[in-house]
Amino acid sequence: MNDELIGRGRRDGNRLFKEWFDELNAVAENPEPTAYVFVMGSMAEVLRAFDFHVVFPEINSLQLAVKKQALEYLNKAEDYGYSTDVCGYVKADVGVQLQRGRHSNGRIPKPSLVIGTNMCNTYVKWVEIWQRLHGCPAFVIDLPGQRGMSWRSEPGEPAFETDRRYVQGQLEELIALCEKISGRSFDIERLKQAMAHVNSMAADWQAILRLNQNVPAPFNVLGDGLTYMGMLSAYRGTPEGARYMSDLREEMEYKVARGIGTIAEEKFRLHGVGPACYPYFRRFLELFQDWGAVFVSSEYLAYAGGGLDLGITFDLDRPLESLAEQLVLTAQRSMSNMFFSQDRLSDSVTRWKADGIVYHSVKSCRTVSTGMADSREYITRVHDVPALFIESDLVDPRAWSEAQLKNRVDAYFEALAARKVVAAAAGR
Amino acid sequence: MSIAAPSGIDELLETCTALCADFTYPAVKRWMEQHPGGKVVGHFQVYFPEEIVHAAGMLPLKVMGAGDQIESRQADSHIGSFICSICRSSLELGLSGRLGMMSAFYTHPICDVARNLAGIWGRNFPGQPAEILYLPQNANSSHAAGYLSAEYGRLQASLEKMGGTAVSVDALNRSIAVFNENRRLLRELYSIKRTSPWLLSAREAYALTRAGSVMQREEHNEILRRALDALPERPGRKQDRVRVVFEGGFCEQPPLDMLQLIEEACYVVDDDLLIGMRWLTEDVPDDTDDPLLALATAYLETSSYSPVQHDDRKPKEEMLLARIEASGAQAAILAAAKMCEPGMDEQVAYSRALEARKIPYLMLEFEEKMSALERMRMEVETFVESILFD
Repeated sequence: MNDELIGRGRRDGNRLFKEWFDELNAVAENPEPTAYVFVMGSMAEVLRAFDFHVVFPEINSLQLAVKKQALEYLNKAEDYGYSTDVCGYVKADVGVQLQRGRHSNGRIPKPSLVIGTNMCNTYVKWVEIWQRLHGCPAFVIDLPGQRGMSWRSEPGEPAFETDRRYVQGQLEELIALCEKISGRSFDIERLKQAMAHVNSMAADWQAILRLNQNVPAPFNVLGDGLTYMGMLSAYRGTPEGARYMSDLREEMEYKVARGIGTIAEEKFRLHGVGPACYPYFRRFLELFQDWGAVFVSSEYLAYAGGGLDLGITFDLDRPLESLAEQLVLTAQRSMSNMFFSQDRLSDSVTRWKADGIVYHSVKSCRTVSTGMADSREYITRVHDVPALFIESDLVDPRAWSEAQLKNRVDAYFEALAARKVVAAAAGR
Repeated sequence: MSIAAPSGIDELLETCTALCADFTYPAVKRWMEQHPGGKVVGHFQVYFPEEIVHAAGMLPLKVMGAGDQIESRQADSHIGSFICSICRSSLELGLSGRLGMMSAFYTHPICDVARNLAGIWGRNFPGQPAEILYLPQNANSSHAAGYLSAEYGRLQASLEKMGGTAVSVDALNRSIAVFNENRRLLRELYSIKRTSPWLLSAREAYALTRAGSVMQREEHNEILRRALDALPERPGRKQDRVRVVFEGGFCEQPPLDMLQLIEEACYVVDDDLLIGMRWLTEDVPDDTDDPLLALATAYLETSSYSPVQHDDRKPKEEMLLARIEASGAQAAILAAAKMCEPGMDEQVAYSRALEARKIPYLMLEFEEKMSALERMRMEVETFVESILFD
């Protein structure tokens, strides 16, 4: 067995994350152009062309939660005036900002520019908070999303081209703003380099996700998948990011070829909707792993990974137009389509050979959570997919109720096990 | 109940107040009786270009929850526990069949819950096409008006398909004129609130405004005209009361009893209640060749503010300060609906701006369906007394 290869993605990911934070720490001491951005629509391709350092406050908040430090930061924000019902990601970040960037990974630099998208409305409010705290320029890039249940819009069609032109126009305005803030002229060759790296990352990521259709699955999407997804954001459009994804694909192919799974015996395969509970990350995963269950797929890896799940093919001969085109496509097919995902979820269950779906509704994120209970009702009724609905949070440890969660999870697996027995008896 | 011709101002107000709490939608039903085969197009808070629906010969219906009037029997199993009440009760209206007369439903990217509502609606009411009208969140882009105009064109095309007839430029311009008149009358109503709040309580102004959400605007205009004619003659004396601005009613609506308890302690001289109906602050040109562009431009350029629209030219706290100053208010009530992320976020910005200007404020949290108002009454009374005896 090639021990070097197995687990390399996690080890390299941790190392690269540390290097990234070290770089941010250095910038906090010696300021250089820095942009605060979000995982859904980071505009990394444009920012790389200007050598902006990129800060993902969502990732900062998540890391505080995983390290069980979030509550201290939440308290700071609540003392400042934010309600207990406000998004915990926002509040943990406000706690960081109020402490002049103090974070367990080092000091987060102040922003020269903040960029949000409408893929999450709380992003827009978050941008406004940064504007007030730092007085820096803000840019909210509007990405027209999927309009309705049966909405289809293809490049070349009038409706799509209207959206594409709007996004391209905004990109040109963003580029002008970046020029002003960085003091540099826009170099389209630099943009094309970043886009080429994204092409490579997206192709490998799409292949990696598909490799999880194998039994056993080579990775747990809500476990190790978190590191991989973080790399998609933090290193999007960089040679390091492209190399990382290529190496990760090699690792997963190696595991699949040798039937190496992520736990000793894979008894259940699950599709996850929503993120894990990060303040109790290990325990959350154990609730499922203790039953021999692995999360093999999740739309979380689509939208929170920046929409690279379906692959991206930037046409480098028409970079700006192509960038706008792909932004619209990913907005409509990997992000905002989460509101209308019920039939696609059923399809994922089939393709990833999942036994059921776990909806984890998190108080902080109404974007991903509002429709979950309804989607669960639909998918059970229409597609006969066994689905579990649980609630907690992704940042706030106060929303965790282990006994209640465990009862529901255990009952779900008992039902799944019984269903398997019945299916086996019926020869299905 | 007759809505068409209530005689005096008191009867008029009584009728409009009753409409706020009647989720059998009598005004809508009456319109449908008068327009056999007519289509009703529902739209969620906050702003919707109703002129386009009007021009298509259809009735726009603002869906804004059910207040404290109906029990949530089915919606709870479709919506998580930390979602705002207006979303929950709007869905309950649908699941209980009360909105069965709608031919389509539109929501907007105003918040994460509202966008989700399109999916929830689509899954539960396949006979009512549900779509998101993507109002722009980059109001500062020079491309926003053109994009929005095209989005309005998409809406118009959907309505034309639904109704089977084309919507002409002339029809759109005529509808814009009707709505201009409506907005002018509402501005006049709010002017009375600011200058003579003893003639018109916040609750009454709210009921008069809200009536327009369930009826055709020509009819609403008639109601407003009658009210405006009668109000100056209304008996009432100026009292020495604290003047406040109420902020936080842009989407989920506070209970009428909450408005009442506030106005029992002070004059509410301005507010953002149902701001979507008053979003456009000036007349929209009604004689252009491109009325959709005129509407889109007005949405972006001559419009009010709310926590659900980002516009660098309109920092919300600056806009609130301007509202306070323009209305001669001494203080503000900063309300937010429970679980409303945009509203709760904005409360912090508002409160800090008011603190910096030493303007007294009171923060309140509400739900459309709340019964224990005594504690809130005490808070409001204490707040007012602290100003009076400062």
